[in-house]
Amino acid sequence: MNMPTRSLLPTLGLAMLLFAAGCSKKAPIPPPPPAPAPASQAPASSAPAAGRATISEFSVEPSSVERGQSAILRWTVTGATDVVIDHGIGTVPATGTRSLVPAETTTYTITANSAAGPATRTATVTVTTPQPPAQPRPAANPRGTLESRVLSDLKDAYFDYDSNNIRDDARAALQADADALKKIFADFPAATVALEGHCDERGSAEYNLGLGDRRASSARDFLVSQGIPADKLKTISYGKERPTCTDATEDCYQKNRRAHFAAGQ
Amino acid sequence: MTPKRKISLLLAVTAALSGAALLLGQDIRDFITKNAGKPALAVVEFRGSGSQPQMAAFNSTLFSDLENSGLFELRPRSSYPLDNPQRPEDLRPADNNQGFALADWAGAPVNASHLVFGYTAAQNGVLAVYGYLDETRPSNPQAAQLLGQRYVGTLDDAGAIRAAHQYAADIISKFGGSGSLLGSRIYFVSDRSGSSEIWAMDWDGTNQTQLTTLKSTSIMPAISPDGSRIAFTTFAKGTPGIMIVDTETKRVVPFYNQQASMNATPGFTPDGKQIFYSSTASGTAQIYAAQVNGQDFRRISHREAIEVEPKINPKNPSMMLFVAGPGHQQIYQMSTEGIGVERVTNGEGEASNPAWHPDGQHLAFSWTSGIAKGDFNVFVMDIGSRQYVQLTHGEGRNENPTWGPDGRHLVFASTRTGKSQIYTMLADGSQVKQLTTQGVNRFPVWGVK
Repeated sequence: MNMPTRSLLPTLGLAMLLFAAGCSKKAPIPPPPPAPAPASQAPASSAPAAGRATISEFSVEPSSVERGQSAILRWTVTGATDVVIDHGIGTVPATGTRSLVPAETTTYTITANSAAGPATRTATVTVTTPQPPAQPRPAANPRGTLESRVLSDLKDAYFDYDSNNIRDDARAALQADADALKKIFADFPAATVALEGHCDERGSAEYNLGLGDRRASSARDFLVSQGIPADKLKTISYGKERPTCTDATEDCYQKNRRAHFAAGQ
Repeated sequence: MTPKRKISLLLAVTAALSGAALLLGQDIRDFITKNAGKPALAVVEFRGSGSQPQMAAFNSTLFSDLENSGLFELRPRSSYPLDNPQRPEDLRPADNNQGFALADWAGAPVNASHLVFGYTAAQNGVLAVYGYLDETRPSNPQAAQLLGQRYVGTLDDAGAIRAAHQYAADIISKFGGSGSLLGSRIYFVSDRSGSSEIWAMDWDGTNQTQLTTLKSTSIMPAISPDGSRIAFTTFAKGTPGIMIVDTETKRVVPFYNQQASMNATPGFTPDGKQIFYSSTASGTAQIYAAQVNGQDFRRISHREAIEVEPKINPKNPSMMLFVAGPGHQQIYQMSTEGIGVERVTNGEGEASNPAWHPDGQHLAFSWTSGIAKGDFNVFVMDIGSRQYVQLTHGEGRNENPTWGPDGRHLVFASTRTGKSQIYTMLADGSQVKQLTTQGVNRFPVWGVK
């Protein structure tokens, strides 16, 4: 399969030219959301039984996007027994559209299989990276910075004394945290989030350092079981070195026995 | 097993349990107090030939060193005869209570077992001290002398204090006191500069100086046996890691931290060649050993429990103590190969901070003793019999005891005045002295220098 690679080269060259030119053009406005996939597709029986499949359209609009923006893949195929698009899209209806957020310049290949053999076509979307001092993008994350999102959307999970067991209230908190984390990571694909383990002031400082580590990793393991990638979460134990309150009351002790989230770098 | 043996075993177990419950045991009491055989010293005022203004510094240093050693009962000067010998030649076999016979010091009202006397002179621009130590019981003065030594120093207060320290150390060594505190330093953590940094001070609390400026949180120091390196746990690189600093140059000495969310609570082996520490490299915090530069690390223990604070026995380097679960934290022992794990404390409350006495037979530690969580007090235990005594009593949290090189003093941290501060005390809990006042001061360790 040399085709996609070859077709990539001129596109890349074009991208570099655009990049060198300063890319002062405004990013193209994304097209309206794609129409839902056709409810009914042409029945297979209507296609010529021994005919070759026809790919009458396979395009991506716009053909060049800035990183983080979406593009629409559109295709129309007739006479195929099945239609497959690579890069993880898989089997699709004969006619359809798909919204994509490509991380880098990508050449998609559509393969229409039929009794007469496969037919293929490719479409390339060029992804440009904005120059560092490019105009600020306030619209990129309308819901604020990573720090503010971590602070407002993620809730601490609390623990019993000298324990790293995830109790019921912590389980509920962490399940909500997992949903919030998925949204945060979708908005900030490069971000990592630190899971801090904290302890109350009782017990020795040394032992609490080990206990805090266990609390952070228990919470991490739970979040991973909820579908959060492990490499997005970093654990750190503060033991009892950074209490959130310092009163010698059970109320305060409970506030300190926690797994807490902080924005990564 | 015969019924009779069964009963005697049962009795032995019951006796051991009740002994533990009473917190008493004569052996450990003797170790702690040594009251029975405490020598009674008469320490005369030394006079200088001519007017020597530094004699006040000399006399007060000699007296306080002997008193602070905890080895002696110092007899009050008000009970002394009016005259006292300055040279051995002044002593006579018998006297009529004028002070020139040893019997004058052995009998009432002085009742001293030993006499500390001597004189000083300015010779060729230096201060010369002639110091003696005699037993008072022998009738023959020639047989009474235990120490006769000349000390020299500069002709000022500093020279006089140094000579007094050396003289006191020689007297102490005559009574089996080993490891002088002279020149020893206490390392600790203070936040007085705005962040928790490693600090050092002389053992009496003077010369407090900052060793690190990491502007992070640096805690839990351990001092190498020769006093040249301080290892500690720091958040300077994000997650808790181990760092080592040269105590003289204050420079960082390389230490390899293995890949883990936590490498912490380092401790040196008695030969100073290895570091034992706690690491989460394989999940839960467990004990590892490595070369002193962090290389060749290996896992020691495979228990599924939080394990911290490895402390290698100074006399038997194949045996160690550490603090661990499961359940509430207790002190355990095991071999340095990780076998023969055995709980040392009795399972009640929470125990931590084991610190070996230089004899390798006793440990100081902090323990809640089954009372309210977090109310730690300092205890000393005999590792063989598991008998223990309590040295502090309900005055705030009292933690991180470690022994001075003399084996008679302990340094510890206490919140008895509010914020945590560093204190020293004798091994019987007496003569408590506060060494720090600025900021919060924690995690003291005592180095030979």
